[in-house]
Amino acid sequence: MITLAATESAANEYQGLLTMAYLVAGVLFVLSLSGLSTQETAKRGNVFGIIGMTIAIAATLLSGITNFAWLIPLMVVGAFVGTVLAKRVKMTSMPELIAMLHSFVGLAAVLVGLVSYLNHGDEAHEMVHQIEILLGVFIGGVTFTGSIIAFGKLRGSIGSKPLLLPGRHLANAIMVLACIWPLGVQFIGAEGSGGLTALIIITVISFVLGVHLIMAIGGADMPVVVSMLNSYSGWAAAASGFMLDNNLLIITGALVGSSGAILSYIMCRAMNRSLANVIFGGFGTTAGATPAGGEEQGTVTETTAEEVADMMNDAGSVVFVPGYGMAVAQAQHVIHEISETLRGKGVEVRFAIHPVAGRLPGHMNVLLAEARVPYDIVFEMDEVNEDLPETDLVVVVGANDIVNPSALEDTDSPIAGMPVIEAWNARTVVALKRSMAAGYSGVENPLYFRENTRMLFGDAKETLTAVSENLG
Amino acid sequence: MLIGIPKEIAAGERRVAAAPENVAKFIKLGFEVAVEVGAGQAAKFPDALYEEVGATVLSASDVWAKADIILKIRPPQNNEVELAREGATLISLIQPAQNGDLLERLAKRGVNAIAMDAVPRISRAQSMDALSSMANIAGYRAMVEAASEFGRFFTGQITAAGRVPPARVLVIGAGVAGLSAIGTAVKLGAIVRAFDTRPAVKDEVKSMGAEFLELEFEEDGTGEGGYAKVMSKEFIEAEMKLFAEQAAEVDIIVTTAMIPGKKSPILITEEMVRSMKDGSVIVDLAAEGGGNCALTRPNEKVVEHGVTILGYTDLPGRLATQSSTLYGNNLVKLLGLLGGAEEFKLDFEDEIVRGATVVRDGEITWPPPQSATPPPPPKPKPAAVESREAKEAKGGSSLAGILLGLACVLLLALGWGSSSEFLDQLTVFTLSCFVGYMVVWNVTPALHTPLMSVTNAISGIIVLGGMLFISSGDQAVMILSGVAVLIATINVAGGFLVTQRMLKMFRK
Repeated sequence: MITLAATESAANEYQGLLTMAYLVAGVLFVLSLSGLSTQETAKRGNVFGIIGMTIAIAATLLSGITNFAWLIPLMVVGAFVGTVLAKRVKMTSMPELIAMLHSFVGLAAVLVGLVSYLNHGDEAHEMVHQIEILLGVFIGGVTFTGSIIAFGKLRGSIGSKPLLLPGRHLANAIMVLACIWPLGVQFIGAEGSGGLTALIIITVISFVLGVHLIMAIGGADMPVVVSMLNSYSGWAAAASGFMLDNNLLIITGALVGSSGAILSYIMCRAMNRSLANVIFGGFGTTAGATPAGGEEQGTVTETTAEEVADMMNDAGSVVFVPGYGMAVAQAQHVIHEISETLRGKGVEVRFAIHPVAGRLPGHMNVLLAEARVPYDIVFEMDEVNEDLPETDLVVVVGANDIVNPSALEDTDSPIAGMPVIEAWNARTVVALKRSMAAGYSGVENPLYFRENTRMLFGDAKETLTAVSENLG
Repeated sequence: MLIGIPKEIAAGERRVAAAPENVAKFIKLGFEVAVEVGAGQAAKFPDALYEEVGATVLSASDVWAKADIILKIRPPQNNEVELAREGATLISLIQPAQNGDLLERLAKRGVNAIAMDAVPRISRAQSMDALSSMANIAGYRAMVEAASEFGRFFTGQITAAGRVPPARVLVIGAGVAGLSAIGTAVKLGAIVRAFDTRPAVKDEVKSMGAEFLELEFEEDGTGEGGYAKVMSKEFIEAEMKLFAEQAAEVDIIVTTAMIPGKKSPILITEEMVRSMKDGSVIVDLAAEGGGNCALTRPNEKVVEHGVTILGYTDLPGRLATQSSTLYGNNLVKLLGLLGGAEEFKLDFEDEIVRGATVVRDGEITWPPPQSATPPPPPKPKPAAVESREAKEAKGGSSLAGILLGLACVLLLALGWGSSSEFLDQLTVFTLSCFVGYMVVWNVTPALHTPLMSVTNAISGIIVLGGMLFISSGDQAVMILSGVAVLIATINVAGGFLVTQRMLKMFRK
C-alpha cells in the first residue's frame, strides 16, 4: 500500500508484514480507547496504545528507511522532550499541555502535506490526491495556530476575553472561500510543483484563520474549544492518511476525530448551546445583559471558616461542587483532607462534577484524583442532582454558572436551559468565592442570595485550610 | 458603643438576651459588652463565661445607666424604662399592639425601642426573626412535655413481652412551631398527622414525615405575614368535624393556632376532649391568647376527662440555654444590619429597621406605614424554560440535514472518477469513524481528560508520515519531514506518559 518512489522497492518485500502490523496497531488503538470505559481497565488500555504505537513505528522503520542517522536522533530528542513534558506538567496545567500537543499534530500534518507535495516531483498529480493534500494542510494549519491560541488563553498569556472584530464572520468566510477559489482551483490545476505558491498561501491563510477563530472564543468555552481542536487534529491526521494511502493514519485519525467530536458535543449539551453558537456566538452578543428577572436580589449572608466547620461536623451528608476556581486556588488537596476527616466521622461525602467544570472535559476528576480523592465518591451531575434535596450541606468551591438556578428558572437568562447542579435544593449551601463578581457568562447568580446560602469569601485554599483546622 | 445585657426580672424567666457565644460576636462587630451579675445564671451561663469572651460583669444599675444599647427578651417592666439612659436604644420583645402605654413611657424617656416581635416577616429578615426561633423551640419543647406526660412510648416496638403500638399525634397549624413539633414527634417515632388551613404548607408537612390532613373543601387560608387568616363559617364547620373524628383516634394533640393580637380560636371543644382516650395529652401552644382548647388554662397543667391539658406559655424559657443562644443569634444579625458599632444607625430606609423600630427620638413610630410593595404574587412556574431537546430538534435537524447533504455531494464529487483504492480508504475511514463513535460514548466522563491525552498520543501516529519521507534525497523534504517526526514523537511520548501518570492517580 505504500507507494512512494523512494521506498517502493523495499516496501514490496515488507508489504504484507506492514499491512498486518498496521492492522494490529489499529485494533490496539481501538482497545486502548475502549479501555477508558472504566477506571479499572484504563491503565491496561493505555498499555495497549503504547504497544500499538511501538508496533506501528517498528514496522515502518523496517519498511525501507535508509536515513537512520537523521531519523533516530530526532526521535530520541522528541521522546525525551515528550517525557520531560509529561513528568513536569502540573495537573492544573493539563489543559495547556493538551492544547500544545494538538498544535504539534496540526503542524506535523501541515509539514507532511507540504513534503508529500514536494516529493512528488514532476509526476502528474491525481486530482483526488491534490484535494487530500489541500485538506490535510488546511485542517492542520487551523489546528496548529488555533491550538497555540487556546494554549495561550489557557495559560493566561493571552487575555481570555473573546476578541470580536467587526465583520469577523465575513472575514472567516472570505478566507475559506479564497482557499477553494482561486487558490484551491489553481493548486489542483497546476502542473509539476507549480502549485507550491498557492499551497503556501493556503497554509498561511489557514494559520490566520486558526488564530482568528479561537481568539473570538472566551476562556470558559475552552473545554469545547480544546475538544474541538482534538477533533480537528484527528481529521488532519486522517487527511494525511488519505494522501499517503496509509490506512493506519486513516483509522487513527478517524478514531481521534470522532472522539473529539463527541467530547465537543457533550460539552455543548452541558451548556445547552450548539457548537456553532460556541464558535460563532459568544456570550453577550445575542442576549443583552439582563439582570436576572423578577427575583429579588436581597443580601448575601456571610459566614466564617469556624461556622462552616461546625456545619460540616453537624451534617450527615456533604456534597462538594468544584469548579475552575478550585483549580486556580489549588484547593483540591485541602478539600481531600476535609473530606477524609469528615468520612472518618461518619459523614457521607461526595463530589459532584459538572461536565463543563474546569477548562477541560474531566479536568476536575483528574485534579481530585491527583489529591487522592477516591473515584467512587466522585459523581456526575445527573447522579447527584436527585439526591440533593436530602443532602445537608453543599459546598461550592470556585464554581458559578454551573450552580446557577436562573438556568432553570429564568427564561430570559443567557444560560437558560443549561443543565446545572441544583445545589440550592440542599438544606444549606456554602459558596466559596473570591468576590461577588459574576461568572464567565456575566449572569448574576441568584443562588448567592438564597436564604439557605452562606458565602465564604476569600481564596479557596486559604479559607478551606482554616475550615480544616477548625474541624478538629 | 456599650451593649448592656441586664438580667430578666419577669417572674420565672430563665432566659437571657444573649449567650456568651453571641457576646463574642457583638465584640467582633466592634461593640463593648456589659452583662449584669448573674444575668445568664438561670440559662446555665455563669458570669465567668461572659468574662472569658471579653464582656465586663456589672451591677444592674451600672448596666442600665451606662449602656447605649440594652438587649432584653421580655418587654421592660416596673421601672426599667426609667433606669435606661436617655438616648439609649432598647431591643427586646415589646408587643407594641398591646403595650401602648409602654411605648409612651419609652418615648417620654427618650429611649429608642426596637421590637424583636415587630421584625417584618420577609425572607431577608428571617435570620432576625425572634418569633420564629422561639416558636421553633416551643414546638420542640411542646412535644417533649407531651412525651413526659404521656404514659407510653412514642415509637411502636415489638418487644419480647409483646407489641407496643406507636403513639398517634395530631398537630394543628403547621407554622414554625407546628413543623418543629411535627419533626420532633416523627423523630421520637410517632405517627404524625397535621392540619393547616394553608394548602401551601402541605409539602413541608410531608417532607417532615407527617401525613397532611385535607378537607374536601376549597378555601385557601393564606393570610398576611405568613399567618393564616380567619376562615369562612362553612370551612370551620368542616374543620371541626375533622378534628372531632381525629380526637377520638389520636393520643396527643398539639395546637398552634394563634392570631396575632386576637383571642385564639377554639378548635378542640370539651366534647372532643371527652371523646379522647384516657391518658391522652393536649399541648396548647396558643394558651397565651386564651387557648385553642376550651379547657385550657394558661400557664397551668390540668387534667379533665382523663386528658392532660398543658397550657404552658413559657415553653421557650423551659429550654433557656437554647433559646438564649438563638435569640442572641437574632440580635447579632440585627445589630449587624444596624451597622455594627461603627455605623450604628436606625435607618428608616431599610424596611426591616423601619418595621421593627417602635420608638425613635421621642416619637412613637408604630405601627409602621403599610409598605408599598404588595405581597409577592404567586411565583410563576419555571416550566417555560425551553428544553434542550426542543431546541436541538428545532435547530439541529436542519443543520444535520445540510451537513448530510454536503457530505453526500462531497462523496459523490470525490468518488467521481477516483480509483478503487481511494474508495477502499474511504470505507476504512467511515467504518473507523463509527467504531470511534461507539467506543468513545462508552468512556466514562470521569476519564475524559485521559481520553484527550491518549488520543493526543495516538494522533502522534502522524510520525509515520514524516518517517516515510525522511530518506528523501531532497534537502528541504528531509528537513521538513524531520521536524514533523520530531514534534510528532513529542506527542507520542508525552501523550502516553502523561496518560499513564494521570491514570495511576485514580484509585478507590
